Amino acid sequence: MNTRVLLVDDEEQFVDALSERLTIRDYEITTSLNGKDALEKIRQYNYDVVILDVAMPGTDGIEVLREIKKLKPLTEVIMLTGHGTVETAIEGMKRGAFDFLMKPCDTEALDTKIKKAFARKDEHEERIRTAMVSGSISSPRSVLEDD
Amino acid sequence: MSAKLEIVTESGLQFFGKMTASISHEIKNVLAIINENAGLLEDLALMADRGAAIEPQRLKNMSRAVMKQVSRADTIMKNMNRLAHSVDESINTIDLKDILEPLVALSYRFASTRGVAVQPKLNEGPVTLRTSPFFLMNLLWLCLDFAMDAAGEDKIVELVTQKTEAGVRVFFKSLGGLAGDSLKPFPAEHEKGLCDLLGAELEVSTGNQEIIVRIVEDIDRN
Repeated sequence: MNTRVLLVDDEEQFVDALSERLTIRDYEITTSLNGKDALEKIRQYNYDVVILDVAMPGTDGIEVLREIKKLKPLTEVIMLTGHGTVETAIEGMKRGAFDFLMKPCDTEALDTKIKKAFARKDEHEERIRTAMVSGSISSPRSVLEDD
Repeated sequence: MSAKLEIVTESGLQFFGKMTASISHEIKNVLAIINENAGLLEDLALMADRGAAIEPQRLKNMSRAVMKQVSRADTIMKNMNRLAHSVDESINTIDLKDILEPLVALSYRFASTRGVAVQPKLNEGPVTLRTSPFFLMNLLWLCLDFAMDAAGEDKIVELVTQKTEAGVRVFFKSLGGLAGDSLKPFPAEHEKGLCDLLGAELEVSTGNQEIIVRIVEDIDRN
């Protein structure tokens, strides 16, 4: 199954070109032009990785990141930043973003970061599955309990 | 340096820094789009090498996208150039439109981030002033910056000019949020210092939901 990526940026032409490049690299891409729409999509669908612009009109990148971590804590977020917002990107990493890249970004570098972010998500999910299985073995009744 | 001169200098430097930082951010966005389209061309060329068919329309779309961004960058640089040249002469005779039009353009990103639309309604004919172009732009920026925070629920700031016998009035209207508690003090040190320098008067009218800046026709007669 292809890695599911949500690309969030208010620059439509940037989103169009980058999503096409990532599709060529076998990612399943959904796009969003603002934070509100992105959060709506995240509520309805499980993405592996979100690529998120830091400086957007309306709901800014840090606010969107905060909400993503509340809604889908295992979803990894890579922040995209212009020169003046590196501090914001670092703040994002303190709040749980996986990494950041400066615009204009090298697509191969982005590709590598997406793969690493997906690998981390996959590893977390595997640990959770392992823990749940261990829990079921030690207490078979637990499978009957509601979460 | 006298305290007044220090305040005005500080304000001017901060204004210049803020505008050029915003311009650099815009140019970065333009470069990002051109970069992705160039990368996409490379990807398509590689695919063509492997025998994939490339639709000409796809190439035309990319070409148009790049040209659009070049035009956008050109406009950004023109406005930056106008800002840069506003310091050529400390006092000069100018048309107010030559201050307000680049200012509104340069303020677009700040307005957009706050979800506010700035609607200029400027005098049709020239409004000639003898003034300090840079510091006038600085003062009007500070008013516009505050006005964007004080915009009403419709998130619109109307920018209106009105010629008078003594000079000109610049109105920042539709400020339904002027009575709000969370607004910073206005006018503050920078605004007052600039008004002193320019011979301008600044009035905040909560009842009319507007800010009015009265600017004299000739700074030397102040």
